[in-house]
Amino acid sequence: MIPAKFDYVRAGSAAEAIAALGEHGDEAKLLAGGHSLLPLMKLRLATPAVLVDVGRLDDLRYIRDAGDQIAIGALTRHHDLETSDLLAEQCPMLRHVAHLVGDPQVRHRGTIGGSLAHADPASDLPAAVLALGGTLVARGPDGEREIAATEFFTGFLESALAGDELLTEIRVPKVPGAGWSYQKFNRRAQDWAIVGVAAVRNGTTGVALVNMGTTPLRATAVEEALAGGASAAEAAERADEGTEPTADLNASEEYRRHLARVLTRRALEEAGA
Amino acid sequence: MKVAVTVNGTKQEHEVEPRTLLVHYLREVVGLTGTNIGCDTSSCGACTVLLDGQSVKSCTVLAVQADGAEITTIEGLASDGQLHPMQEAFRQHHGLQCGYCTPGMVMAAVSLLDENPAPTEAEVREGLEGNLCRCTGYHNIVKAVLAAAEGAAS
Ligand SMILES: Cc1cc2nc3c(=O)[nH]c(=O)nc-3n(C[C@H](O)[C@H](O)[C@H](O)COP(=O)(O)OP(=O)(O)OC[C@H]3O[C@@H](n4cnc5c(N)ncnc54)[C@H](O)[C@@H]3O)c2cc1C
Ligand code: FES
Ligand code: FES
Repeated sequence: MIPAKFDYVRAGSAAEAIAALGEHGDEAKLLAGGHSLLPLMKLRLATPAVLVDVGRLDDLRYIRDAGDQIAIGALTRHHDLETSDLLAEQCPMLRHVAHLVGDPQVRHRGTIGGSLAHADPASDLPAAVLALGGTLVARGPDGEREIAATEFFTGFLESALAGDELLTEIRVPKVPGAGWSYQKFNRRAQDWAIVGVAAVRNGTTGVALVNMGTTPLRATAVEEALAGGASAAEAAERADEGTEPTADLNASEEYRRHLARVLTRRALEEAGA
Repeated sequence: MKVAVTVNGTKQEHEVEPRTLLVHYLREVVGLTGTNIGCDTSSCGACTVLLDGQSVKSCTVLAVQADGAEITTIEGLASDGQLHPMQEAFRQHHGLQCGYCTPGMVMAAVSLLDENPAPTEAEVREGLEGNLCRCTGYHNIVKAVLAAAEGAAS
């Protein structure tokens, strides 16, 4: 399987990438690690006329201490996250979740920015960043803006990024002592989650769901129940409230709802909520 | 588009279409057919090579993305007629049957030990998660990788 023909532009800087997006408009797509985009292009489910390769923007590949936050460059690979000492100390959940993505080969190539920008409801890192209450930084022709993770995912494989914006940084709070849990339920090695749940207990408890609708989701009913004093078991009963899970080969809608409730209870118990 | 890479220590330079996948470049342009294509959908790992020392599925990388990189394929492991210790361990421990997954499995295992020289059995199994074998049941592959790790340590 070979992708359809495209023109290839190698961006030497973020500014060059943004200019190329501006020039080619809807015809162009950014290429980071390529581990979501290339499989789609091989199946001809995506046929961009121009690929703008940002994979060499090493100045966007970092994990930095930024005061009360950790700042992560968008081109940082899953393997960088899963081996980061800074994350081990300050945000162990993100490091753990990165380790559960795909397999080692996928983690050597895939990037956190690509994972978030792709906005796949089945992906692991978006749910982790959502539960952590992270912030995304987008850079366009008019400069930078910050987007709360809760505002970022707008539809199936759609994000709040404009066509000429590059995701440059992901910020997550430092949560060194916080209870946390990531429950990824799948049946085969290297697979995506059939349903997943991320929970972080940092004062209030953030809970996010994988594969329970068209976007990565916050489990707001669970969060409200916990804030109102409900037990973990009580709150978890509300995990599927307001969600619209789909049915596929792996699971019916009802089974996904069941998994969401069970996995949320396990996540809350493990996080100590 | 020009691609210049070092494959198994030899410099290569070719004009390729941007849509050429690294695995097709290695097999059809460079002429190294040891790297297999199993699934073509990023699942099986038969196409695993080392890109700047790290395992990647070469069916999911464009040749142009590898421009400037050092690539190692299964052909690059043996030296002076001597099998690489990982290849030797696969042979000793019967870590293959039909052999189709083997080039990718060996490359993934080399990358695994490079990152974790003394893995536990569970770490080996998890570390080879990206490589499917339809013959062996994995048991002897895991034995081979553990033996190679021990051999390197002693
Ligand atoms: C076999 C396999 C198994 C996998 N298993 C899992 C799994 O279990 N869990 C999981 O979460 N993921 C999984 N993945 C997906 C993997 O994590 C991808 O690497 C990731 O989703 C996309 O990152 P990328 O850098 O490869 O992005 P690309 O494929 O390069 O890009 C993806 C999309 O994001 C856009 N984009 C990329 N970077 C930016 C940026 N900086 N700014 C704006 N837009 C950008 C691109 O234009 C494209 O539309 C798997 C992939 C494979 C091939
Ligand atoms: S051929 Fe590349 S993963 Fe199967
Ligand atoms: S030995 Fe036949 S597929 Fe592994």
